[in-house]
Amino acid sequence: MSSTFESIANIIAETCDIPRDSITPASHAINDLGIDSLDFLDIAFAIDKAFGIKLPLEQWTQEVNDGKATTDQYFVLKNLSARIDELVAAKGA
Amino acid sequence: MRLEYFQLIDRIVDLNLADRKISSEATLPTTSTIFEGHFPGYPLMPGVLLIEAMAQTAGWLVVALNRYERMPFLAAVKEAKLRTFVTPGQQLSIEAHLVHDGSGFAITEAKIRADGKLICDATLTFRIVDFPNTEMVKWMRETAERIGLTVGARANV
Repeated sequence: MSSTFESIANIIAETCDIPRDSITPASHAINDLGIDSLDFLDIAFAIDKAFGIKLPLEQWTQEVNDGKATTDQYFVLKNLSARIDELVAAKGA
Repeated sequence: MRLEYFQLIDRIVDLNLADRKISSEATLPTTSTIFEGHFPGYPLMPGVLLIEAMAQTAGWLVVALNRYERMPFLAAVKEAKLRTFVTPGQQLSIEAHLVHDGSGFAITEAKIRADGKLICDATLTFRIVDFPNTEMVKWMRETAERIGLTVGARANV
């Protein structure tokens, strides 16, 4: 299990008062965990701070709305972890 | 300050985009229909309007940081503390700073003082979206001029 996933699972559990055991890499933040867009802003804030990045939420939303991506690509936690790792790597490049 | 029209900011005193902070002033009217109901014989500035005054001040900071191209809408109020009563005629000093510039959202902290005494404070989250129509753009530009913000200005960068 990646440390990135562990970090965001802990952030979600703490921010949204969701039992940590119910959060898995396959969990979809919206469909499975019931996190709404306002609560996700708190999660994004915590992730931005923890990883020193800026999650491109607006870009992701636009891609989903335009049919160029699915919510699974960004909001299933193992995929979100991968996106965060990419952003962190890009920052350090 | 015109409570009934939600004009809660009289003027912007300072806008510092480099430090991502802003301050404004407002003087409560001595009479208002709001005071007639809140409360009869004991007029007080409603706490929700103190929060709105903080939100408007913080909102102008977010507007300026987004070069007047996008609109912040209040989305969350956290850790709000209303510490003392505010009465008709009092002069308020309002300040706010940006805590986090997220993608499509901003988190700010704001406080109000009167005579140097802390009146209230809160953490305010805004969603930042495109202006919904040209009428709102026009109204925001007019309001910015009224309160002393020059549209497009980059004061104290």
